[in-house]
Amino acid sequence: MNEVVSTDVAIVGAGPVGLFSVFELGLLDMKCHLIDILSRPGGQCAELYPEKPIYDIPGYPVINGQELVDNLMKQIHPFGPTFHLGEMVESLEPLGTADRPLFRVATDAGTTIEAKVVIIAAGGGSFQPKKPPIPGLDAYENTSVFYSVRKMEHFRGRRVVIVGGGDSALDWALNLHPIASRITLIHRRDAFRAAPHSVNAMRALVAGGQMDFVLGQVTATKGEGGQLAALVLRKESGEVVDLPCDDMLPFFGLTMKLGPIAGWGLNLHENLVPTDTEKFETSTPGIFAVGDINTYAGKLKLILCGFHEAALAAQRAHHYVYPDKKLVFQYTTSSTNLQRKLGVS
Amino acid sequence: MTKITFIDAKGEARAVDAEVGATVMETALRNAIPGIEAECGGACACATCHVYVADDWTEKVGQPSQMEEDMLDFAFEVRPNSRLACQIKVSEELDGLVVTTPAKQG
Repeated sequence: MNEVVSTDVAIVGAGPVGLFSVFELGLLDMKCHLIDILSRPGGQCAELYPEKPIYDIPGYPVINGQELVDNLMKQIHPFGPTFHLGEMVESLEPLGTADRPLFRVATDAGTTIEAKVVIIAAGGGSFQPKKPPIPGLDAYENTSVFYSVRKMEHFRGRRVVIVGGGDSALDWALNLHPIASRITLIHRRDAFRAAPHSVNAMRALVAGGQMDFVLGQVTATKGEGGQLAALVLRKESGEVVDLPCDDMLPFFGLTMKLGPIAGWGLNLHENLVPTDTEKFETSTPGIFAVGDINTYAGKLKLILCGFHEAALAAQRAHHYVYPDKKLVFQYTTSSTNLQRKLGVS
Repeated sequence: MTKITFIDAKGEARAVDAEVGATVMETALRNAIPGIEAECGGACACATCHVYVADDWTEKVGQPSQMEEDMLDFAFEVRPNSRLACQIKVSEELDGLVVTTPAKQG
């Protein structure tokens, strides 16, 4: 088992509200670890609409998703948060009492964090691969159908079908080409979103007879015991053929799924975490929920509302992290104490 | 008012009033049409508002842009009449438009 990391606050989700939570907690001397399934901070802002203008961030008549994330990263820099990216929190286990909460947070990558407070800032849930609606496909998952490549060796000597036209599809077609016995790339059209140099490399292999490219869509599977024997392919011409294969890698992008949060005993309401509106605390003392993931009377899913929620949650979190300290409210404009923490005094 | 009819994957039709200038996706959300998820909120960034435009409307609705065509790669069961509802703006010419939602968005 890996070493257990101890911290004040574990933040589940590194979107804008999770990031701003670091700021509010940091002003109150609390150290944070953030965990996010994506490989970079920013959540939906960075993943879905980095270039889309946002018009309702106070003080910014217009700012795009990536700029907002970049600014937030700059704003929280003085507090030195630790990021665990590309990891999904799988379990959240209470260890303490209602007065002195303590939680053990474990990720799918083996990271274990013990924190006095947990802030769930998970937005719409975790980004997970989209699974094509091919009947019976789940019976092959992780044995013959894979949504990510964890062990390249698995594909040695196997006939691998890769579906999609983006960077993931093209990169894996090229990376697995020397290992697999045959790579077949299937895409619905003869145009690719992937980087041009990958597309050119793929086309060269296809022209040289070392890789196959088929225009079409997979409609059904054949196989048994979790092992694919063939995919049923509807070609662009309308012709339906069987394509014998051992493995399939579908790459249709990501979608948000609530994921493991459902199992954390938080009395979910329509896949959202109910909180009060004074502290944004959940039914479990010491676990807070801020941003799009929470719900309460009058809730609006706005980034600015999440910022407000983070500020109030931090006040209560201080009580758990420093039970013996009295909290005095201060302004960043006038408090030399806060300014020292921000590195501007 | 402009009418738009959404037919779900089981064949059930729902006709709703649409505001000119709004998108077909926004119209679906305002009227709680099942089968349109619109995860990204209309940024042409998720392909969860995929619809099939009825055959006699494809010409009036027009073709997807390059960006939309790229995003359709993330949709399932894409057909020649596939569009993303967030990229179709409602106009008076589209009064009576019929679209079908797919069995699965994301």
